[in-house]
Amino acid sequence: MTVQSISAAEVSKKVVNKKPLFILDVRNEDAFADWKIEGESIEHLNKPYFDLLDGVEEIITYLPEEKEIVVACAKEGSSQMIAEMLLEEGVEAKFLEGGMKSWSEHLEPVKIGNLTDGAELFQFVRLGKGCLSYMVIADGEAAVIDATRMTDTFLNFAKEKNAVIKHVFDTHLHADHISGGRVIAEAAGAAYYLPPADAGEVTFDFQEITDGWKVGLGKSNVEIEALYTPGHTIGSTSFIVNNQYLLTGDILFIDSIGRPDLAGRAEDWVGDLRDSLYSRYPALAEELIVLPAHFMKMGELNNDGSVAKKLKDLFTENHGLNIKDTQEFRDMVTINLPPQPNAYEEIRKTNMGKITPEEEEQREMEIGPNRCAVR
Amino acid sequence: MIHTDKLLDAKGLACPMPIVRTKKAMNELAPGQVIEVQATDKGSLADLKAWAKSSGNQYLGSTEEDGVLKHYLRRADSEEEKEETQFPHTVTNAELQEQLDREDPIVLDVREPAEFAFGHIPGAVSIPLGELEARTGELASEKEIIIICRTGSRSDFAAKQLAEKGFPNVKNAVQGMSEWEGTTEQSKME
Repeated sequence: MTVQSISAAEVSKKVVNKKPLFILDVRNEDAFADWKIEGESIEHLNKPYFDLLDGVEEIITYLPEEKEIVVACAKEGSSQMIAEMLLEEGVEAKFLEGGMKSWSEHLEPVKIGNLTDGAELFQFVRLGKGCLSYMVIADGEAAVIDATRMTDTFLNFAKEKNAVIKHVFDTHLHADHISGGRVIAEAAGAAYYLPPADAGEVTFDFQEITDGWKVGLGKSNVEIEALYTPGHTIGSTSFIVNNQYLLTGDILFIDSIGRPDLAGRAEDWVGDLRDSLYSRYPALAEELIVLPAHFMKMGELNNDGSVAKKLKDLFTENHGLNIKDTQEFRDMVTINLPPQPNAYEEIRKTNMGKITPEEEEQREMEIGPNRCAVR
Repeated sequence: MIHTDKLLDAKGLACPMPIVRTKKAMNELAPGQVIEVQATDKGSLADLKAWAKSSGNQYLGSTEEDGVLKHYLRRADSEEEKEETQFPHTVTNAELQEQLDREDPIVLDVREPAEFAFGHIPGAVSIPLGELEARTGELASEKEIIIICRTGSRSDFAAKQLAEKGFPNVKNAVQGMSEWEGTTEQSKME
């Protein structure tokens, strides 16, 4: 008998469907403390592989007998070794294919809904990193919003749907992950759009998106409209799709709001953030379904694995939208902020086109949890 | 170049092999000896550090050159931590600091070159304990010599050795570099 493996996609399905899974994470303790596979139905044991080289007997009593066990490490090699050692002791465990690297890069496409005339809106959930990207498809044309660097996933998805990618948007210059927008636009011959206020230092050509700007897809009635909502960055722009969906970027999340400090300007932008959240969004139809660019906790996922909620619900449930006192709001988003994302300055430079790290480096830069929000 | 007792080439090997090989090579080292592990797997840095800690060995430091990581580790001597220091003339680190501020004693660091390279008291002289016997001639016998190592036990041996050779003014810095809070410097690595 040989050791079986499990793909990141299969683990994703189990996380979304809340299937019980026991993860034996054999990375070092710091890496485990920083980020791990999470989910309501997930149980963990962290024991570094290098402490198990002389044998796995000591941990066997801690492993469940009834539950499926997955051994995970950074890349794959160590988890495979440990799974083999477990099998020799008669314990069946699968190892995670491609390790946490694959977990961090897996995108799960989830259909959010139908628009008019057979048009569709999809959300790409990056469970391992908390990033959310979007694709609107109508009449054979597609628009991509906040794409991550796993560009093949988006290109192939559009191809499967017989759609040509025409427009690629980023809601803002991202600081926590590397955008795939420019690469997708180049590969598809599409236009790449950025809010000009965020793009002062970018080294490549792009189209400017400004408040009220609209674009349609094919001959359909589907329309994507830009709404300038600064605060996370000075250029941050939301998109309204067909008057049904509100893509909020990193300004408004399901259970938190954007942080204004990642470009180093918290004090300057806190007023903008307040205005976007407390004036601009309340002026919109409250039946709009909010689709953010991130989630922070597995609890924010709906039962179908999507991350989406009505604007009206967020106005009552999201703490960040319910702080009456301006000073209190200011303090919350500028004092005691969580640590900044791993390598966020290098990530910003990459997204500006100033540096072009190799793929392996890009992976390293993105490692770690999402930290774009304040709560 | 940092002098080491063994070189392990783990270049091109993916996790877990750099650690598996290091563990094996360490077992072949005598206690106190130092190994240089060359690896290209970036993850080897964090893992070797953590492994050294959990296995009771000493991680000294790492350098990177043209994409190759060079890690330095020292095999711990199980007796080392427990050995009672016996040489009667000792100084605490605070006393040593005071002395450094006020005069110009010779600080003799008897740790391995790799340990020395990754952090030592500025101006300290490096003679590993194993070479001290042959190299006492390099030391000026009339000056005060304060001997330091990591935990005060190798320096205890060294102090006894020098005293036997007739050095009149030798002291052991018992707390050692592991508790040193003053300034340190690294050697130039080439």
